[in-house]
Amino acid sequence: MSETPLIGAATEAPLDSRLAGARIGVVTFPGTLDDRDATRAVRLSGATAVDLWHGDTVLANVDAVIIPGGFSYGDYLRAGAISRFAPLMSKIIDAANSEAKLPVLGICNGFQILTEAHLLPGSMIKNDHLKFLCRDQVLRVENNTTAWTNAYSAGQEITIVLKNQDGQYIADEKTLDALEAEGRVAFRYLGGNPNGSRRDIAGITNAAGNVVGLMPHPEHAVEQGYGPGHTGTDGLGFFTSVLNTLLGDK
Amino acid sequence: MPRIVVDVMLKPEILDPQGKAIVGALPRLGFTAFSAVRQGKRFELFVDGEVTDEILAQAKEAAETMLSNPVIEDVVNVEVVAD
Repeated sequence: MSETPLIGAATEAPLDSRLAGARIGVVTFPGTLDDRDATRAVRLSGATAVDLWHGDTVLANVDAVIIPGGFSYGDYLRAGAISRFAPLMSKIIDAANSEAKLPVLGICNGFQILTEAHLLPGSMIKNDHLKFLCRDQVLRVENNTTAWTNAYSAGQEITIVLKNQDGQYIADEKTLDALEAEGRVAFRYLGGNPNGSRRDIAGITNAAGNVVGLMPHPEHAVEQGYGPGHTGTDGLGFFTSVLNTLLGDK
Repeated sequence: MPRIVVDVMLKPEILDPQGKAIVGALPRLGFTAFSAVRQGKRFELFVDGEVTDEILAQAKEAAETMLSNPVIEDVVNVEVVAD
């Protein structure tokens, strides 16, 4: 499916014809905000976006899943805590842990849901300064071997948007040491720690590299005219990375 | 109606940003005696009829699995309160 840019020249990039067959699911919970942006990001990367509903009991034959940002269930119990028990989440947890290693990306509230679901270690608490923060954020790609980061180079610096209130990543020292030793810190904040996250961690991966979670929002930086500085497309690599993975190129 | 009260607190080693904000504000109102504040959560689970051992066990399991996140929080109290 071709996508008309909202701003800028409507030139179509040549897409790998194999890509359109890749089905990327985007989950919507009550209170999800960024599902449409994630869906658009998937389409811009050349794949087919599939809308998934939290109450679904089947995964609709998707090849990967994105859990987007927002405030699922109002974050009333804890960020992501109620969503973790949604019917579709148990399917996602099983598929992520299975032999098939379903690629799963959690962005912001999605990252919080993945920690509550114990697909990723640690937890998120309120920003140390207690304020909602929205800004362009520079990240360093620490691990470019995951299903969602292989389009980047190791050490690459990217700028995408950060916007959250419960963004402080915490885990006990043993877990943090293990994450560092195993190369499972996927992204680190550069240019100052925005929320008090331990060891400047912005995103992590599971041991198999198929599950990745991060607080900043790559889906808001995928086309010219939007994103940081209105020119930033640094987030597109997430979505092309998973296509590399699905096509077996990486 | 009988209730089961569940109290959840952030683990002691976890920084409590909300508690820190509160302890910073207390002296402005003249409450100068307090050196630290920790903010927790209290849940009240209502039961129709008697609280059996089985229902209490359910409450404890809910407290450990859903009402608290064991990575950051402790369940510090589960008790039956009769009116």
